Amino acid sequence: MEVVKLTKDKLIVAKKKFNSRLIVGTGKYKSMSECAKAIKLSGAEIVTVAVRRVNISDKKKPLLMDYVDPKKITYLPNTAGCFTSEEALRTLRLAREIGGWKLVKLEVLGDKKNLFPDMIETLKSTEILTKEGFKVMVYCNDDPLMAKRLENVGACAIMPLAAPIGSGLGIQNKTNIKIIRNQTKLPLIIDAGLGQASDASIAMELGCDGVLANTAIAKAKHPLKMALAFKNGVIAGRQSFLAGRINKFIYGSASSPTTGII
Amino acid sequence: MKKIKKIKIKINGKFSRINENLTLSTILKQLKIPLKKVAIELNLEIIDKNKISKIKLKQNDKIEIVHFIGGG
Repeated sequence: MEVVKLTKDKLIVAKKKFNSRLIVGTGKYKSMSECAKAIKLSGAEIVTVAVRRVNISDKKKPLLMDYVDPKKITYLPNTAGCFTSEEALRTLRLAREIGGWKLVKLEVLGDKKNLFPDMIETLKSTEILTKEGFKVMVYCNDDPLMAKRLENVGACAIMPLAAPIGSGLGIQNKTNIKIIRNQTKLPLIIDAGLGQASDASIAMELGCDGVLANTAIAKAKHPLKMALAFKNGVIAGRQSFLAGRINKFIYGSASSPTTGII
Repeated sequence: MKKIKKIKIKINGKFSRINENLTLSTILKQLKIPLKKVAIELNLEIIDKNKISKIKLKQNDKIEIVHFIGGG
Protein backbone atom coordinates (compact mmCIF):
# COMPACT_ATOMS: atom_id res chain seq x y z
CA MET A 1 0.00 0.00 0.00
CA GLU A 2 1.30 3.39 -0.89
CA VAL A 3 1.85 5.63 2.08
CA VAL A 4 0.70 9.20 1.59
CA LYS A 5 3.81 11.30 1.56
CA LEU A 6 2.72 14.44 3.34
CA THR A 7 6.12 16.03 2.83
CA LYS A 8 5.30 16.39 -0.85
CA ASP A 9 1.79 17.61 -0.18
CA LYS A 10 2.19 21.36 0.06
CA LEU A 11 -0.17 24.26 0.36
CA ILE A 12 0.56 26.59 -2.54
CA VAL A 13 -0.66 30.18 -2.32
CA ALA A 14 0.42 32.80 -4.88
CA LYS A 15 3.18 30.42 -6.04
CA LYS A 16 4.60 30.16 -2.50
CA LYS A 17 4.81 26.71 -0.97
CA PHE A 18 3.98 25.91 2.64
CA ASN A 19 4.31 22.62 4.48
CA SER A 20 1.50 23.37 6.90
CA ARG A 21 -2.09 23.74 5.78
CA LEU A 22 -3.03 25.48 9.00
CA ILE A 23 -2.96 29.26 9.23
CA VAL A 24 -3.38 30.76 12.68
CA GLY A 25 -4.41 34.17 13.88
CA THR A 26 -2.36 36.04 16.47
CA GLY A 27 -5.17 37.83 18.30
CA LYS A 28 -6.92 37.19 21.62
CA TYR A 29 -4.00 35.43 23.38
CA LYS A 30 -3.24 36.14 27.03
CA SER A 31 0.30 37.17 26.16
CA MET A 32 2.69 37.45 23.23
CA SER A 33 4.68 34.57 24.60
CA GLU A 34 1.62 32.31 24.71
CA CYS A 35 0.83 33.35 21.14
CA ALA A 36 4.36 32.48 19.98
CA LYS A 37 4.25 29.09 21.71
CA ALA A 38 0.85 28.29 20.19
CA ILE A 39 2.13 29.15 16.71
CA LYS A 40 5.08 26.83 17.20
CA LEU A 41 2.92 23.94 18.41
CA SER A 42 0.39 24.46 15.61
CA GLY A 43 3.14 24.09 13.02
CA ALA A 44 1.63 27.05 11.14
CA GLU A 45 3.92 28.84 8.71
CA ILE A 46 1.49 31.67 8.00
CA VAL A 47 -0.02 33.88 10.70
CA THR A 48 -2.52 36.68 10.31
CA VAL A 49 -1.66 40.04 11.83
CA ALA A 50 -3.51 43.32 12.25
CA VAL A 51 -2.33 46.83 11.41
CA ARG A 52 -2.83 49.27 14.26
CA ARG A 53 -1.42 52.50 15.68
CA VAL A 54 1.90 52.32 17.51
CA ASN A 55 1.42 53.08 21.19
CA ILE A 56 3.56 56.20 21.43
CA SER A 57 2.96 56.77 25.13
CA ASP A 58 3.92 53.27 26.30
CA LYS A 59 7.02 52.10 24.45
CA LYS A 60 7.60 49.18 26.78
CA LYS A 61 4.63 47.32 25.35
CA PRO A 62 5.93 44.12 23.71
CA LEU A 63 5.99 44.06 19.92
CA LEU A 64 4.68 41.09 17.96
CA MET A 65 7.77 41.11 15.77
CA ASP A 66 9.96 40.54 18.85
CA TYR A 67 8.11 37.28 19.54
CA VAL A 68 7.22 36.03 16.06
CA ASP A 69 10.05 36.45 13.56
CA PRO A 70 8.65 37.57 10.19
CA LYS A 71 11.71 36.04 8.52
CA LYS A 72 10.69 32.60 9.75
CA ILE A 73 6.90 32.88 9.77
CA THR A 74 4.96 34.49 6.91
CA TYR A 75 3.00 37.47 8.19
CA LEU A 76 -0.35 37.77 6.50
CA PRO A 77 -1.61 41.33 7.07
CA ASN A 78 -5.33 41.32 7.56
CA THR A 79 -7.91 44.08 7.34
CA ALA A 80 -9.97 42.83 10.28
CA GLY A 81 -12.08 45.63 11.68
CA CYS A 82 -12.48 47.44 8.34
CA PHE A 83 -16.04 48.17 7.28
CA THR A 84 -15.44 49.94 3.96
CA SER A 85 -13.34 49.35 0.90
CA GLU A 86 -11.46 52.62 1.58
CA GLU A 87 -10.47 51.52 5.10
CA ALA A 88 -9.31 48.13 3.84
CA LEU A 89 -7.26 49.61 1.00
CA ARG A 90 -5.64 52.13 3.34
CA THR A 91 -4.77 49.38 5.83
CA LEU A 92 -3.19 47.07 3.27
CA ARG A 93 -1.24 49.83 1.55
CA LEU A 94 0.22 50.69 4.96
CA ALA A 95 0.93 47.01 5.61
CA ARG A 96 2.86 46.80 2.37
CA GLU A 97 4.87 49.85 3.42
CA ILE A 98 5.95 48.25 6.71
CA GLY A 99 8.02 45.68 4.95
CA GLY A 100 6.96 44.97 1.42
CA TRP A 101 4.14 42.57 2.17
CA LYS A 102 2.19 41.74 -0.97
CA LEU A 103 0.40 38.62 0.19
CA VAL A 104 -2.53 39.94 2.20
CA LYS A 105 -5.85 38.89 3.62
CA LEU A 106 -8.78 41.08 2.74
CA GLU A 107 -11.66 41.21 5.15
CA VAL A 108 -14.34 43.88 4.75
CA LEU A 109 -17.06 43.48 7.33
CA GLY A 110 -20.64 44.53 6.82
CA ASP A 111 -22.29 44.02 10.17
CA LYS A 112 -20.94 44.57 13.68
CA LYS A 113 -23.08 41.90 15.28
CA ASN A 114 -22.59 38.89 13.04
CA LEU A 115 -19.33 40.09 11.43
CA PHE A 116 -20.44 38.84 8.05
CA PRO A 117 -18.42 40.17 5.11
CA ASP A 118 -19.78 42.97 2.96
CA MET A 119 -19.33 41.22 -0.35
CA ILE A 120 -19.95 44.28 -2.55
CA GLU A 121 -17.13 46.19 -0.82
CA THR A 122 -15.00 43.03 -0.73
CA LEU A 123 -15.34 42.45 -4.46
CA LYS A 124 -14.52 46.08 -5.23
CA SER A 125 -11.45 46.01 -2.98
CA THR A 126 -10.18 42.70 -4.39
CA GLU A 127 -10.20 44.13 -7.88
CA ILE A 128 -8.36 47.34 -6.91
CA LEU A 129 -5.76 45.55 -4.76
CA THR A 130 -5.04 42.97 -7.45
CA LYS A 131 -4.45 45.76 -9.97
CA GLU A 132 -2.03 47.36 -7.48
CA GLY A 133 0.01 44.15 -7.43
CA PHE A 134 -1.25 42.65 -4.18
CA LYS A 135 -1.86 38.92 -3.86
CA VAL A 136 -5.23 38.93 -2.18
CA MET A 137 -6.59 36.10 -0.07
CA VAL A 138 -10.23 36.97 0.39
CA TYR A 139 -12.49 36.37 3.37
CA CYS A 140 -15.98 35.82 2.00
CA ASN A 141 -19.30 34.21 2.71
CA ASP A 142 -19.97 30.67 1.56
CA ASP A 143 -21.69 31.76 -1.63
CA PRO A 144 -20.41 29.93 -4.73
CA LEU A 145 -21.47 32.76 -7.07
CA MET A 146 -19.58 35.39 -5.08
CA ALA A 147 -16.58 33.07 -4.83
CA LYS A 148 -16.58 32.84 -8.62
CA ARG A 149 -16.73 36.61 -8.95
CA LEU A 150 -13.80 37.02 -6.57
CA GLU A 151 -11.84 34.56 -8.66
CA ASN A 152 -12.72 36.49 -11.82
CA VAL A 153 -11.33 39.76 -10.42
CA GLY A 154 -8.05 38.16 -9.38
CA ALA A 155 -8.29 36.76 -5.83
CA CYS A 156 -5.37 34.41 -5.11
CA ALA A 157 -7.27 32.39 -2.50
CA ILE A 158 -10.92 32.01 -1.55
CA MET A 159 -11.54 32.04 2.19
CA PRO A 160 -15.17 31.34 3.00
CA LEU A 161 -16.40 31.47 6.57
CA ALA A 162 -17.48 28.30 8.32
CA ALA A 163 -19.71 30.37 10.61
CA PRO A 164 -19.54 33.91 12.10
CA ILE A 165 -16.05 34.97 13.24
CA GLY A 166 -15.29 33.76 16.75
CA SER A 167 -18.57 31.85 17.03
CA GLY A 168 -17.06 28.36 17.30
CA LEU A 169 -20.04 26.87 15.47
CA GLY A 170 -18.08 24.90 12.88
CA ILE A 171 -18.99 24.51 9.20
CA GLN A 172 -22.65 25.42 8.77
CA ASN A 173 -23.03 24.80 5.05
CA LYS A 174 -20.95 21.88 3.88
CA THR A 175 -22.81 21.73 0.58
CA ASN A 176 -21.81 25.24 -0.42
CA ILE A 177 -18.20 24.61 0.58
CA LYS A 178 -18.21 21.47 -1.56
CA ILE A 179 -19.70 23.39 -4.50
CA ILE A 180 -17.04 26.08 -4.16
CA ARG A 181 -14.40 23.35 -3.97
CA ASN A 182 -15.63 21.76 -7.17
CA GLN A 183 -15.75 25.01 -9.12
CA THR A 184 -12.35 26.47 -8.28
CA LYS A 185 -8.72 25.48 -8.60
CA LEU A 186 -7.68 28.39 -6.37
CA PRO A 187 -6.62 27.57 -2.81
CA LEU A 188 -9.78 27.21 -0.75
CA ILE A 189 -9.20 27.99 2.90
CA ILE A 190 -11.87 27.89 5.57
CA ASP A 191 -11.68 31.09 7.55
CA ALA A 192 -13.57 31.85 10.73
CA GLY A 193 -16.11 30.11 12.90
CA LEU A 194 -14.34 26.89 13.78
CA GLY A 195 -14.61 25.65 17.36
CA GLN A 196 -12.52 22.52 17.72
CA ALA A 197 -9.98 20.37 15.95
CA SER A 198 -12.57 18.08 14.37
CA ASP A 199 -14.06 21.13 12.58
CA ALA A 200 -10.70 21.57 10.89
CA SER A 201 -10.70 17.88 9.93
CA ILE A 202 -14.15 18.25 8.38
CA ALA A 203 -12.99 21.25 6.35
CA MET A 204 -10.02 19.29 5.04
CA GLU A 205 -12.18 16.23 4.31
CA LEU A 206 -14.41 18.42 2.16
CA GLY A 207 -11.35 19.03 0.02
CA CYS A 208 -10.32 22.44 1.30
CA ASP A 209 -6.66 23.35 0.90
CA GLY A 210 -6.30 24.81 4.34
CA VAL A 211 -7.87 26.17 7.48
CA LEU A 212 -7.49 29.41 9.41
CA ALA A 213 -8.14 29.42 13.14
CA ASN A 214 -7.72 32.07 15.80
CA THR A 215 -10.37 32.21 18.53
CA ALA A 216 -10.78 28.42 18.69
CA ILE A 217 -7.13 28.13 19.72
CA ALA A 218 -6.53 31.39 21.60
CA LYS A 219 -9.68 31.12 23.72
CA ALA A 220 -9.60 27.37 24.37
CA LYS A 221 -9.17 26.40 28.01
CA HIS A 222 -5.66 25.26 27.11
CA PRO A 223 -4.59 27.18 24.01
CA LEU A 224 -1.32 25.29 23.56
CA LYS A 225 -3.04 21.90 23.65
CA MET A 226 -5.64 23.16 21.19
CA ALA A 227 -2.92 24.47 18.87
CA LEU A 228 -1.48 20.96 18.70
CA ALA A 229 -4.96 19.47 18.30
CA PHE A 230 -5.65 21.74 15.31
CA LYS A 231 -2.34 20.76 13.74
CA ASN A 232 -3.28 17.10 14.04
CA GLY A 233 -6.88 17.76 13.00
CA VAL A 234 -5.76 19.39 9.76
CA ILE A 235 -3.30 16.59 9.01
CA ALA A 236 -5.90 13.89 9.78
CA GLY A 237 -8.51 15.60 7.60
CA ARG A 238 -6.10 16.04 4.71
CA GLN A 239 -4.94 12.43 4.87
CA SER A 240 -8.53 11.25 5.06
CA PHE A 241 -9.41 13.35 1.99
CA LEU A 242 -6.45 12.01 0.03
CA ALA A 243 -7.24 8.46 1.12
CA GLY A 244 -10.72 8.70 -0.40
CA ARG A 245 -13.62 7.81 1.80
CA ILE A 246 -15.97 4.84 1.22
CA ASN A 247 -19.36 5.34 -0.31
CA LYS A 248 -22.30 5.68 2.04
CA PHE A 249 -24.90 2.89 2.20
CA ILE A 250 -28.05 2.77 4.19
CA TYR A 251 -27.63 -0.95 4.97
CA GLY A 252 -24.96 -2.84 6.83
CA SER A 253 -22.04 -4.62 5.24
CA ALA A 254 -20.26 -7.18 7.43
CA SER A 255 -16.58 -6.62 7.98
CA SER A 256 -15.81 -10.31 8.58
CA PRO A 257 -16.08 -12.96 5.84
CA THR A 258 -19.41 -14.76 5.75
CA THR A 259 -17.75 -18.02 4.64
CA GLY A 260 -16.26 -20.49 7.10
CA ILE A 261 -18.53 -19.46 9.95
CA ILE A 262 -18.49 -22.13 12.66
CA MET B 1 16.25 86.40 21.65
CA LYS B 2 13.74 85.34 19.05
CA LYS B 3 10.97 83.21 20.48
CA ILE B 4 10.56 79.82 18.75
CA LYS B 5 7.14 79.50 17.24
CA LYS B 6 5.15 76.39 18.11
CA ILE B 7 2.79 74.51 15.84
CA LYS B 8 0.03 72.05 16.63
CA ILE B 9 0.08 68.62 15.02
CA LYS B 10 -1.74 65.34 15.61
CA ILE B 11 0.17 62.08 16.09
CA ASN B 12 -1.86 58.85 16.22
CA GLY B 13 -4.97 60.80 17.17
CA LYS B 14 -3.34 62.86 19.91
CA PHE B 15 -2.57 66.58 19.69
CA SER B 16 1.00 67.65 20.22
CA ARG B 17 2.70 71.07 20.23
CA ILE B 18 6.09 71.05 18.59
CA ASN B 19 8.64 73.62 17.49
CA GLU B 20 8.20 75.04 14.02
CA ASN B 21 10.44 73.80 11.20
CA LEU B 22 11.05 70.35 12.67
CA THR B 23 11.24 67.45 10.22
CA LEU B 24 9.21 64.27 10.37
CA SER B 25 12.46 62.41 10.93
CA THR B 26 13.27 64.44 14.07
CA ILE B 27 9.85 63.79 15.57
CA LEU B 28 10.06 60.06 14.87
CA LYS B 29 13.52 59.97 16.46
CA GLN B 30 12.22 61.82 19.52
CA LEU B 31 9.44 59.27 19.84
CA LYS B 32 12.00 56.45 19.43
CA ILE B 33 10.00 54.83 16.65
CA PRO B 34 11.68 51.70 15.21
CA LEU B 35 11.43 52.75 11.57
CA LYS B 36 11.91 49.26 10.14
CA LYS B 37 8.84 47.99 11.94
CA VAL B 38 6.35 50.73 11.08
CA ALA B 39 4.59 52.53 8.25
CA ILE B 40 3.98 56.26 8.32
CA GLU B 41 1.16 58.30 6.92
CA LEU B 42 1.11 62.09 6.73
CA ASN B 43 -2.27 63.66 6.04
CA LEU B 44 -3.59 60.34 4.69
CA GLU B 45 -0.64 59.89 2.32
CA ILE B 46 1.87 57.09 2.84
CA ILE B 47 5.35 58.46 3.30
CA ASP B 48 8.50 56.89 1.87
CA LYS B 49 10.63 56.27 4.96
CA ASN B 50 13.76 57.30 3.06
CA LYS B 51 12.41 60.79 2.61
CA ILE B 52 11.32 61.66 6.13
CA SER B 53 14.33 63.89 6.79
CA LYS B 54 13.22 66.15 3.97
CA ILE B 55 9.67 66.63 5.20
CA LYS B 56 9.06 69.70 7.38
CA LEU B 57 6.00 69.52 9.55
CA LYS B 58 3.31 72.18 9.25
CA GLN B 59 0.47 73.40 11.43
CA ASN B 60 -2.40 70.83 11.65
CA ASP B 61 -0.42 68.00 10.09
CA LYS B 62 -1.82 64.59 10.92
CA ILE B 63 0.68 61.76 11.36
CA GLU B 64 -0.24 58.11 11.70
CA ILE B 65 2.38 55.58 12.74
CA VAL B 66 1.24 51.97 12.48
CA HIS B 67 2.71 48.53 13.00
CA PHE B 68 1.65 44.91 13.16
CA ILE B 69 -0.09 43.58 16.23
CA GLY B 70 -1.83 40.31 17.02
CA GLY B 71 -5.02 39.83 15.05
CA GLY B 72 -7.26 37.23 13.46
